[in-house]
Amino acid sequence: MAGIAAAKTLTALYLSTGTGGSQTADPVAARSQMGFSLGWHIILACLGVGLPGLVLFAEWRGWRTGDPWYQLLARRWAKALGVLFAVGAVSGTILSFEMGVLWAGLMDHYGSVIGLPFSIEGFAFFIEAIFLGIYLYGWDRLSPRVHLLSGVPIVVAGILSAFFVVTANSWMNSPRGFKIVNGRLTGVDPWAAMFNPATGPETTHMILAAFMVTGFLVASVYAVAMLRGRTDRYHRLGLLIPLTFGVIMTPIQIVVGDWAARYVGSEQPLKLAAMEGLNASGRHVPESIGGYYAGGQLHWALKIPDGLSLLVHLSPNGYVTGLQSAPPDNRPGLITLIHLSFDTMVGIGFALLLLGAWLALAWWRTRTIPPSIWFLRATAVSGIAAVMAMEAGWIVTEVGRQPWIVYGVLRVANAVNPAPGLSWGLVAVVTVYALLTVVTVYVLRRLARNRPVPDAPQESDVTGYKVV
Amino acid sequence: MAITLLVLMWISVTVYALLAGADFGAGAWDLLSGRTGPGARRRALIEHSIGPVWEANHVWLIFVLVLMWTAFPPLFAAVSSTLYIPLTLVALGVIARGSAFAFRKAVTELWQQRIFGAAFAFSSLVTPFFLGAIAGGVASGRVPPGLARGDVVTSWLNPTSVLCGALAVLAGMYLAAVYLTADARRTGQPELAAEFRWRALVIGVVTGLVAAAGLIVVHSDAPRLWAGLSGRALPLVALSGAAGVASLALLAVRRYLLVRVTAALAVAAVLWGWGAAQYPHLLAAAPGLTVAQAAAGRATLQATLISAGVGIALLAPSLAWLFLLFQRGRPVSPPASSSPAEP
Ligand code: HDD
Ligand code: HEM
Ligand code: HEM
Repeated sequence: MAGIAAAKTLTALYLSTGTGGSQTADPVAARSQMGFSLGWHIILACLGVGLPGLVLFAEWRGWRTGDPWYQLLARRWAKALGVLFAVGAVSGTILSFEMGVLWAGLMDHYGSVIGLPFSIEGFAFFIEAIFLGIYLYGWDRLSPRVHLLSGVPIVVAGILSAFFVVTANSWMNSPRGFKIVNGRLTGVDPWAAMFNPATGPETTHMILAAFMVTGFLVASVYAVAMLRGRTDRYHRLGLLIPLTFGVIMTPIQIVVGDWAARYVGSEQPLKLAAMEGLNASGRHVPESIGGYYAGGQLHWALKIPDGLSLLVHLSPNGYVTGLQSAPPDNRPGLITLIHLSFDTMVGIGFALLLLGAWLALAWWRTRTIPPSIWFLRATAVSGIAAVMAMEAGWIVTEVGRQPWIVYGVLRVANAVNPAPGLSWGLVAVVTVYALLTVVTVYVLRRLARNRPVPDAPQESDVTGYKVV
Repeated sequence: MAITLLVLMWISVTVYALLAGADFGAGAWDLLSGRTGPGARRRALIEHSIGPVWEANHVWLIFVLVLMWTAFPPLFAAVSSTLYIPLTLVALGVIARGSAFAFRKAVTELWQQRIFGAAFAFSSLVTPFFLGAIAGGVASGRVPPGLARGDVVTSWLNPTSVLCGALAVLAGMYLAAVYLTADARRTGQPELAAEFRWRALVIGVVTGLVAAAGLIVVHSDAPRLWAGLSGRALPLVALSGAAGVASLALLAVRRYLLVRVTAALAVAAVLWGWGAAQYPHLLAAAPGLTVAQAAAGRATLQATLISAGVGIALLAPSLAWLFLLFQRGRPVSPPASSSPAEP
């Protein structure tokens, strides 16, 4: 008893001396846990958005042409989809809990503003889960046409859920749809909150990123197999279909990325300054690539004269805001991380564009996958690269918004759950996710290995492969 | 409008308890199915019954959460900040259960199926327990409004919470046994149906006894809840008791389909009894939080209702298709775990 009392007194003392007002708990633990679980979920979510389309495409071709290679591909992808979707769904559930467990202050004040897209997303998930059940378990029960059609809602609902959930994030970047009068929230308009200036670029950019991640990731699996000498038609198709899909998305993504950057420049100038490591505002600002930020300036960066002014305003004379324009406690920290993450994303975007150009050129000339081993090697790493670009983009968005959880409106420190002991949650979540990662990868590899692809698939090889 | 959304939220809680609760219960039966050889048939039936539907059943929980934080933000903030420990444990339990279930189907070696099966079954016990404990904390008035104002430990480690946790586990197992009995008969496995019928009878009696004993706990531990349950909510409490007794009788005379209805009714009546007992308070702990105080503004409620309307219109037919497709009789495929090599 005495021990508990002593521990409580100590906790109370610790809390009362905490920074930033009332009973500050542990924003660092909360942020780490949120970033970690989101960063994990988003990979699975990307596959949940992109993979159903690929499966349906393969199934449709297989049905149309009667080609057993396509049919087998569709079944094997569908089996992987079943596992990935289950893991994605449960890893998303914890995020819903975390919105309150970690960010009770945000939901308390702004739940009524930001809640609508999450509610709609709930319905989209539901449709997705229902039709996934029908699609996977109905594979050998429904007629091919009905079965194919039952997959369409999965694709649509997947894209819609990505759209709605990202509108919630875009609202955090460009909060609209409410007024604060004498510290009280009034005039809430959840539709205006949902369709804010960030919604267009952010949702488009994210959905394209999901397509790219899926395309390059799936293709890279087959590239690795081809590097190991498995160059039959099954592996060539397995590489070509998703790779083409990813390659088509890449140039569009770069244009949309430019749109996103312009949006950031006009709505969140400090984030742009952090992305560029720009300290002093001014005109004729160069574009900086690489380097690190310390002591109020960027070191070792490659500078392209007038580059940033041109990119943002299409004029070398364009005015760009620097970090110095804001008081220090309103500026984001970790400038080097934000700057390098941005460069990583853009760099990978252009590298993937080159890979696509290579494929397009070879296909145009000879109708084959480029015969070079370097092409296969590049494709083999393109999946990881796409994931890295996507994670880097999120770091830019989220870390670049600091110290705000809702830009210019609510600080992270005021949104966090003040309960003591949040860091234990972080430990538990990281442990469980580490285990989950290992097991997921292991099971996916088993799925492929336990059922080797036959040299020339027969009807029975196709129907004998059970999706569930 | 706030009331409509509250009812909608409570319907989601109920459906989650009836469907996902039974999925958890089935997981618990998986744990108690016996050694690998003889247990394989039971495990196959369990897998066959929950495989296509558990992911959809699970989304009802997401609904409860998003409806709560959109329509009643202060309620969500108070509950999740004070009860963050059991909530985190529930979330981790959900992860363990869902992924282990999916993995077990995907691997083919016996030892792997055993490990994933154990994780699946264990989390099927733990997760509903903590969900019940959360409910108990709210029902016994241990969650005050505001951010983390309640005790982060005793709010869920207390007599009412332990009682509710135990009841959640038992009720899930009971529902699962009842559903599985009918599933076994439908798929032409009368011996299995007989086995699950026995289990349903035993666990039904146990659940009833615990619930009755629990009233004593509530009486001493949560006097306000007791006042509600023995006052306004008395008809619902009585209904639950009557439905419980009726289900046992129906099980005894092997009316497996009808018993589904009464068993579900017995569980649902408890939930609505709790709701009726504390209405209009969402949080009973001083200074209290009523529906009117917690509700979001008009525009938000309206938008949520509109989207819920559209959503339900899309959902209902899809859900009906899913359940119809998999309720049509089909023999269970040979149990996966009895053939460790390739099927
Ligand atoms: C495959 C992934 C991928 C690729 C190749 C790119 N991006 Fe990106 N980017 C994302 C994936 C991504 C992302 C992870 O999806 C983000 C995070 C938030 C968002 O909406 O998209 C993002 C955010 C993001 C932002 C911040 C938006 C904000 O804070 O609101 C900017 C300015 C850009 N991107 C710009 C670009 C440019 C100029 C690219 C040119 C090559 C580019 N991105 C390629
Ligand atoms: C709709 C989608 C998302 C929402 C609603 C969202 C919401 C949040 C919230 C509430 C926080 C805590 C407050 C803060 O630190 O500003 C946060 C932080 C964070 N999120 Fe996101 N997020 C989303 C997507 C993502 C994704 C996909 C990633 C993937 C990597 C991500 C990475 C992070 C990181 C790294 C942090 C910590 C930032 C820091 O503390 O510096 N977020 N997010
Ligand atoms: C705070 C942010 C987020 C929350 C609260 C959240 C919540 C959830 C939940 C509860 C699920 C499970 C639904 C089910 O049971 O079927 C889920 C799955 C999913 N989420 Fe998230 N999510 C977040 C971020 C994101 C982001 C940024 C994307 C963007 C692409 C996304 C896309 C998806 C998709 C497509 C699924 C379907 C499951 C799958 O494909 O694996 N989510 N999410």
